[in-house]
Amino acid sequence: MGKYFNQAVECMPREQLRELQTKRLIDTVHRVYQNVPYYRNLMEQKGVTPDDIKSLEDLRKLPFLTKDDLRDAYPYGLLAAPLSDCVRIQSTSGTTGRRVVAFYTQHDIDLWDECCARAIVAAGGTKDDVVHVCYGYGLFTGGPGLNGGSHKVGCLTLPMSSGNTDRQIQFMIDLHSTILCCTPSYAAYLAESIYERGLRDQIHLKAGIFGAEAWTQEMRRDIEEKLGIKAYDIYGLTEISGPGVSFECEEQTGMHINEDHFIAEIIDPVTGEVLPDGEKGELVFTSISKEAFPLLRYRTRDICVLSHEKCSCGRTHVKMSKPMGRSDDMLIVKGVNVFPSQIETVLLNKGYAANYQILVDRVNHSDTIEVQVEMMPEAFSGTVADITNREKELVDAMRAMLGIYVRVKLVEPKTIARSEGKAVRVIDKRKLID
Amino acid sequence: MIIKQLSIFVENTKGRLADIADILAKENIDIRALCVADTKDFGILRLIVNDPEKAAIILRENHCTVALTEVLTIKIEDKPGGLAKPIRILSDHGINVEYMYAFVSKEFDSAFVILRVENNEAAIKILLDAGVTLVSSKEIYDM
Repeated sequence: MGKYFNQAVECMPREQLRELQTKRLIDTVHRVYQNVPYYRNLMEQKGVTPDDIKSLEDLRKLPFLTKDDLRDAYPYGLLAAPLSDCVRIQSTSGTTGRRVVAFYTQHDIDLWDECCARAIVAAGGTKDDVVHVCYGYGLFTGGPGLNGGSHKVGCLTLPMSSGNTDRQIQFMIDLHSTILCCTPSYAAYLAESIYERGLRDQIHLKAGIFGAEAWTQEMRRDIEEKLGIKAYDIYGLTEISGPGVSFECEEQTGMHINEDHFIAEIIDPVTGEVLPDGEKGELVFTSISKEAFPLLRYRTRDICVLSHEKCSCGRTHVKMSKPMGRSDDMLIVKGVNVFPSQIETVLLNKGYAANYQILVDRVNHSDTIEVQVEMMPEAFSGTVADITNREKELVDAMRAMLGIYVRVKLVEPKTIARSEGKAVRVIDKRKLID
Repeated sequence: MIIKQLSIFVENTKGRLADIADILAKENIDIRALCVADTKDFGILRLIVNDPEKAAIILRENHCTVALTEVLTIKIEDKPGGLAKPIRILSDHGINVEYMYAFVSKEFDSAFVILRVENNEAAIKILLDAGVTLVSSKEIYDM
């Protein structure tokens, strides 16, 4: 199979790719206008008709969709195909209190599976591999997506789902799992468990495909070292399909977006204006090949950068940076934008594990931010000064990174809850709306 | 002459000291002396026990953050001025005491002072030269 799952598409010359995208965009806009009254109404409000969309540049004439639209149109309002043609739904975890349901025809499932297959092959996967999927199965897209991709590549697939760490490790050892797919925080947890039990020599993992939440380069190195693997990033969202919207190749300088299916734009999150290549802003996706749920200009709230620079892997599709934060979970503390990933970077740089919690509060009309991080027991020398010095070192490093005073509190090992799904890193106790 | 003290990082949370005492009790660890250095958020519990190596292993198995710190113990007369003399000697020789704590034994009719200094070897020599009684680790552990 080599290093690509679908070389003709993944390495398609840019000009040819633009032609393909243009044709698919025009088709999709016509179909959505005709079949989705909700979006037709948005277009009419903006004075746009399908005939105004003749090139990729015309994309910016179209109205945006946001998570609010998805909630307003719940459940069927954005469906572009007859319900009888749909074969599956998936749903977001609803952590923000807004459940989103996405519909799939068999065609949509197949293209999603192929996107994940491309990610698995890019991580070195072949039909001889054993893919250990411990993303959750069910409504969450993680499990089904990687499961489908693994089938497409022809790998032996272990549909482990999340949780039950003992069983995960036992299967990993007994069935020689070679590629691990899960959230980075669960990968870190598994790595720690395997390391602590001295089982590293008994596992056969060579690669990991980790996504669905923010993680840093330092966390990547930590997981890679503890498991002896190469760790690859994968990105996706239920609204657009699921994992595999973009994925890392061996160069690991960004994630290739599957541009034959999804067009990416970067916009200014405040003005909505499209920003030039290389500028940081909010990522917006347009699905151009899906039948059931083709969202046009969907605002992801993820902040990142696109790069069209030629990649050494041979793929021609644009690369997106790892999201640098979400415009909606970004904390504003004392007027300063704080991304949890920045705090994590400081902690990992100073030799702490990624076991921390951020507490934000408002005391006497003034914001406070506290980071609780678990002690590294090996480093403890037994004096009070040792602890206070360590805390001060972190306070200084946080100030250098964020420009504000962050209170740091060292806590005992194993006291911050480990998560087997998405980690709850931030507790914001402020009541900012009266 | 050098005695191993357990230094345990303890968060200021409800029941934490009780938890640690329970862990030690369950494994039959006998406590000779203790003190707590505390700040607003955490404390360091310092313990002299009958078997510090074993206690450290047990505590670490229970996810406690533990260091073994080398300290000295001197035996002094339980009467006014008993402490002043050895401390003055150390001070005169430029040896700083980081911290100390004491316990009294009716059985031995003496007081025992646990000392943490920067340089154990130098302190031992100075104290012995001045005729101060240092207690061996075996005497403390078997007390």
